[in-house]
Amino acid sequence: MSLTCLPVGDMALTVVFEQKIAENINRRVVEMASRLAKRPVKGVVEIVPAYASLTIYYDPLIISYQEMVERLHELDHMSGEYEEKQRIVTFPALYGGEQGPDLNDVADHHGLTPQQVIDLHTSALYRVYMLGFSPGFPYLGGLPRQLSTPRLDTPRLHIPAGAIGIAGSQTGIYSIDSPGGWRIIAHTPVPLFRLDEDPPFLLRVGDLVRFMPVTDEEYQEIVQQVNHGTYQPQIVDHTGKEVNGS
Amino acid sequence: MVQDNRLFEVIKPGLFTTVQDLGRIGYQQYGMVVSGAMDPFALRMGNLLVGNDENDAALEITMVGPVLKTCRDCLIAVTGADLGLRLDGHPIPTWKSVWVRQGAVLSFAGARQGCRAYLAVRGGIDVPPVMGSRSTYVKAGIGGYNGRPLRSGDVLEVGIRGLSERPRDDFLPFANRRLPPEMIPRYGTPVHVRVILGPQHDMFTMDSLEAFLREPYLVTPQSDRMGYRLKGARLTHTGPAEIISDSVACGSIQVPAGGNPILLLADRQPTGGYPKIATVISVDLSLVAQAKPGDHICFHAVSLEESHRLLRQREQTIQMVKTANRLVTG
Repeated sequence: MSLTCLPVGDMALTVVFEQKIAENINRRVVEMASRLAKRPVKGVVEIVPAYASLTIYYDPLIISYQEMVERLHELDHMSGEYEEKQRIVTFPALYGGEQGPDLNDVADHHGLTPQQVIDLHTSALYRVYMLGFSPGFPYLGGLPRQLSTPRLDTPRLHIPAGAIGIAGSQTGIYSIDSPGGWRIIAHTPVPLFRLDEDPPFLLRVGDLVRFMPVTDEEYQEIVQQVNHGTYQPQIVDHTGKEVNGS
Repeated sequence: MVQDNRLFEVIKPGLFTTVQDLGRIGYQQYGMVVSGAMDPFALRMGNLLVGNDENDAALEITMVGPVLKTCRDCLIAVTGADLGLRLDGHPIPTWKSVWVRQGAVLSFAGARQGCRAYLAVRGGIDVPPVMGSRSTYVKAGIGGYNGRPLRSGDVLEVGIRGLSERPRDDFLPFANRRLPPEMIPRYGTPVHVRVILGPQHDMFTMDSLEAFLREPYLVTPQSDRMGYRLKGARLTHTGPAEIISDSVACGSIQVPAGGNPILLLADRQPTGGYPKIATVISVDLSLVAQAKPGDHICFHAVSLEESHRLLRQREQTIQMVKTANRLVTG
């Protein structure tokens, strides 16, 4: 399969994969990004994986566009060595009530009970397709079809960091306090963005995410731990081994 | 004794004055905004004029400048827009390094040309770096001076290289240096800006593509560091006005369904879901940064080869100033 590369101005190019939101396509994006990370090309400034594309920012004073494209073709033709080292990150979540003001509306919209919405939302394993919107905000694919719900007609002015929302066929977690139109069904106390860590972002593209329902008491206990800096996010690697932090 | 690092006391903050360097590089993959100086050329030149590294932090001053009282002897250079720079009430030139005495007051009488000025100081403005950068990203409250624009009463500190025991001896060799006039950009309207078409120019009708490269576009008041909303010939998509979100560069021009282009700049989100008709070439981003609401922008297509030739030319100019710096320091 040949690669399609397009210039984005004079200092970036985008490798365009098949334009659809699908796991196998996003895996190719992550694969290309990880090959580039493993075999750094001189002149590459930064790389930005998205749903179905990988954008490479380069310094044209160090590497020409043509050379950059050739390097990418070489990387694409290397085969067999890649294994996606996925991590699974579990987020404890308190559903409904003040922390999930749209849970009942989402349930009504689909003729489900709030508990059925919770069961469906926590049953799935989601993939981080892209980070964006705000620093560290994960666009999560894999929402059970029955939960797909349009955005709010009028976005809220203030959504707290940690709010878990649904927009169309996607679900996501607000990483900082911000305005937003996603339907908020739950809240997690686990911070996605911590300035005292390097990198300060909990998630990366290609990670898997799952939500675990907690009671009000468990939620409060985790809030305490987070505030005291003693909370360790639950992260396991692709072999099932526990890994913490990044 | 605690070392006195004080540099400026902010008497009046101006319209929107922030600390900026060349931006937060390497974190777009996490959804982090790049930020940094809107006019990187002016920032780099200001820094080089006072003998700094190009990436040192300076003040980005927008339209209405601040009033600053100096807390120490220092070497400054103001580049970019001409906002009417004054030292103790008297006009002094921009694009020139100037020795300023402790207790002197810097102010700005009003915008004459351009939109954004840069106040570089020997040693740089010292604020804690966040993800390797001192740039302010106001929307998330990250970086710069407490993550926000300056306010009256703020006290800015100078970086370590501005803390000489004998500032006169150490910094005076860098005073009264100016750029040759042909290196100083002129800002006016309409602004002629070169672009590389794409990556999604094929999602627009041929008529729209021609109109985009022919008609002037007005910079509307809904314009800031994130991007400029432009108004002019409306652009028509051949199909849906959306793409699967991908990365947008500084200078990318995205066009939502309404047909009015948005020129994305320093504080843009790293990804976006609207088709991009073109991207402004990096050497012309400085001209865009100096356009203000009410000005017009005309876009002209160039090849990638041409943009890289222009970039090399620009870097040679900067290299000359760097070489001069090495001669001063010996």
